[in-house]
Amino acid sequence: MFPEFGQFSLILAWVFSLLLAVMPLAGVVLKKQALQQTATALSWAVFFFLAVAFAILLHAFYHDDFSVAVVAANSNSALPWYYKLSASWGNHEGSMLLWVLLLSTWTVAVALFARTLTVELKGSVLGVLGIIAFCFLSFVLFTSNPFERILPMVPADGSDLNPLLQDIGLILHPPTLYMGYVGFSVAFAFAVGALITGRFDASWVRWSRPWTNTAWAFLTIGIALGSWWAYYELGWGGWWFWDPVENASFMPWLIGTALIHSQAVTEKRNLFKSWSVLLAIFAFSFSLLGTFLVRSGVLTSVHAFAADPERGMFILLILGFTIGGSLLLYAFNAAKIKTSGSFELVSRESFLLMNNILLVVIAFAVLFGTLLPLLADAFSWRKLSVGAPFFNSVFNFLMVFLLSLLGIGQLLRWKKHNKKGWRITLLIMLVSAVVIALILPWTLSGKLYWQVWLGMALVFWVVASLVNMVIERTRNSRSFIAGIRKAGVGFWGMWLAHLGLVVSTTGVVLVSNFDIEKDYRVEEGDSVQLNNYRFDVDRFQIIQGPNYVADRGVVSIYRDDKKVAEVNPEKRYYSVQGNVMTEAGIDGSLLRDLYVSMAEPLDDSRKVWSVRLQVKPFVSWLWWGAALMALGSIVSITDRRYRLKTSSASVEKTL
Amino acid sequence: MNPKRKQRLILILLGVCGLTVAVFLVIFALRQNLNYFFTPLEISNGAAPSEQVIRAGGMVLPGSIAREDGSLVVNFKVTDYAAIIDVKYDGILPDLFEEGQGVVVIGKLDDNGLLTADSVLAKHDETYMPPEVTHALEQAEKAAK
Amino acid sequence: MKIRPLVILPLVFVFALFALFGYALLSGVDPKEVPSALTGKALPGFQLASLQDENTVITREEIIGEPMLMNIWATWCSSCKYEHPVLNALSADGVKIIGINYKDERDLALKWLQDYADPYALDIYDPNGDLGFDLGVTGAPETFFIDSKGQVQYRYQGPITHEIWQQSLKAIYDEMV
Repeated sequence: MFPEFGQFSLILAWVFSLLLAVMPLAGVVLKKQALQQTATALSWAVFFFLAVAFAILLHAFYHDDFSVAVVAANSNSALPWYYKLSASWGNHEGSMLLWVLLLSTWTVAVALFARTLTVELKGSVLGVLGIIAFCFLSFVLFTSNPFERILPMVPADGSDLNPLLQDIGLILHPPTLYMGYVGFSVAFAFAVGALITGRFDASWVRWSRPWTNTAWAFLTIGIALGSWWAYYELGWGGWWFWDPVENASFMPWLIGTALIHSQAVTEKRNLFKSWSVLLAIFAFSFSLLGTFLVRSGVLTSVHAFAADPERGMFILLILGFTIGGSLLLYAFNAAKIKTSGSFELVSRESFLLMNNILLVVIAFAVLFGTLLPLLADAFSWRKLSVGAPFFNSVFNFLMVFLLSLLGIGQLLRWKKHNKKGWRITLLIMLVSAVVIALILPWTLSGKLYWQVWLGMALVFWVVASLVNMVIERTRNSRSFIAGIRKAGVGFWGMWLAHLGLVVSTTGVVLVSNFDIEKDYRVEEGDSVQLNNYRFDVDRFQIIQGPNYVADRGVVSIYRDDKKVAEVNPEKRYYSVQGNVMTEAGIDGSLLRDLYVSMAEPLDDSRKVWSVRLQVKPFVSWLWWGAALMALGSIVSITDRRYRLKTSSASVEKTL
Repeated sequence: MNPKRKQRLILILLGVCGLTVAVFLVIFALRQNLNYFFTPLEISNGAAPSEQVIRAGGMVLPGSIAREDGSLVVNFKVTDYAAIIDVKYDGILPDLFEEGQGVVVIGKLDDNGLLTADSVLAKHDETYMPPEVTHALEQAEKAAK
Repeated sequence: MKIRPLVILPLVFVFALFALFGYALLSGVDPKEVPSALTGKALPGFQLASLQDENTVITREEIIGEPMLMNIWATWCSSCKYEHPVLNALSADGVKIIGINYKDERDLALKWLQDYADPYALDIYDPNGDLGFDLGVTGAPETFFIDSKGQVQYRYQGPITHEIWQQSLKAIYDEMV
């Protein structure tokens, strides 16, 4: 009976979301406070029934209710309980339900924390979120119902979960990513709310900034988790592939990054207002676009989720409605946004503007590269694909500018930079960065590539700038610690996030250029020298796992005749589904990873294998950097000004 | 010039610069990195260019996989049921590479019609999966390039 | 109301994008599809054992003669489980379905048919995927529509659902009858 309750609960949530979409906004239009005030209660109702529905789905997975179609297709009674639960969002229907549940979680969070908002703005924001919830709940109910039963013939057991997915990285990756995608809906709703109410003072930005930052932090972690998972679980050491699914999450991230920066300008200086509204719309639009690209099957193969174009069409309609509607609203109301104030060319504003332009250009270049194959198909040109080198060259080229500008921009003051001697400071930074970047890699590796030099010069340039920032902030304080405290969490959040960017960049530059990867044919007793490391293949053995049989290699790694690691790469054969999995042997450390993967046996004795050996310097820095960026983003929203109750008073004043 | 005018000018100049650089960059990068798709039939008809990276797709012809002793070089044939092409590859094949399986090879053609592949992608025998899953599997196959 | 021309730009851009997506969805463009040369051609010949009895050999000539569906399935394929009840219903409605048990194990396959009912008029055992190869199968499930002359009229990739059958596939089948 339970699944029917889930279905019922879903329908109730749908009804309440319809009310949430209509009533508060009607209240805004009709100027009826009582209607506007229904928003909070309705948000809670939607959240409650969605939570119940999702709990029932989890219950069905936990108790192996194979009469439910998604359970039968995605779970198995032999799975451990945590994989059973995570299987509930490892499929289209369940993950869409989770998507909507997260959306309504964000909605009630807004209702909770935004008590100081005017009733009108709160009503519009929650109403806009209600519209989105209604659209996607309709999608779930009418095209992807997770509670559909396969009656009367209930299968005895479900099909298994793919062994690649039985992994902690993939349990966490989708929900975190969705939190990020969905989180941008709040910034979007605030922007649309501002368009509806016609009030573009700095306060809507102050309210929406913490939400944007939180969403962005989730998205950052989500992307990093996906990359990390691909690295250690797929078995071949790749960490970014520029394929459509990755690009779908990277584009909103880029736009979201631009949004964070433009919102900073709007809040502090009351400038770029119209642009911030547009970016907020675009950040969420790109999130929706990501959902669409991934789920409609226009880019992935027919073997992906939506074998029927109906689902794709449905999402496309939702996209058209939300994006088109908000842009239409923008087109009509943008003229009302009055900008006052000015700034010089050498000022923080103008550098943040350049940052925005660069980030948006990168995002659209990625979009173009992602959609070009589709475009070619639509116009019946020859089938084509855009290779990773395209994305790499465009991205790297623009990142050079972004990092160069960052080194200057974060030192500048608002409006007009009039500090004496700043040109000299920059010159010192520049020279030291260039020289260190020239010397350091050369002394450490004995090799010199211009890419490494350029990349590291940029890294040291930004580092010098970060150091400079700390000196500036602490110079005039009683003590260093007092200076650090006085700088405020907003400053340190930014500092950490930029440090994170530098750490990730270091990882990318070094692993891309000094990464050594070679394929060998090896037998037991063979020894292979790869730069400073000697890989000794001790033996190959066959082992029996819980639900697989595996060939396992025992490889000892020596550096200067001293044993540094022993790794055990495996080739696993899962009998139930007939899957083959490459389990790499990785020895990780802060400065380098040693990575061994077994490809295939080359004779019948299974004692001769083709293997891939890799030395990956600084690869873990990629993900540590992302973690720092997310941390910085979260740190900066702990600022007291976001919790002050004065904001509604200031609104009254500006009216 | 009043500050507002000046500001607007800065905005427009920056925007135009950014856009121009971006467009040139994209065109430049695209020129070298577009891989066109050809079927074996087209290749055997001479429709595909040599000395340029192309993609070709089809089925691995059963019984055509031949390894060279003592190295990782492997030769195989790919067919679209209308024509057959020869492929040579030096490296690690994806886990799902098998006779009779769908495969996409990326590489350059020589004058004798031999395609020397830089990478080989296998298609998997599963259907109807969530995109994250399909994506993961595709990455797994792609990774061994 | 004043509208600045510049603010219309995003709207125009998005509209163009949507037109592209809509077109791609409606025309069923599949960027990864490997072209199949089989549609419109004759079903290739084969000689394979029956799933139920390894000594019974089934050939092309034995099965053609009336319109039918040829369904590629396997026990390792989760979508086949999803599709199975639909096939049962179609079979009950009098649609002739030939099963090709693809790259599977006989015992598992027989147990499956016992557990979930058997919609197949005949079941061909193809453990090495030989016939699958000749048909250009890229995955399971796949369904081939074969007319009474043994011509492949249509190929459907992925699990058949009731909706898809009603909307498009039924018409293709009815045309063959």
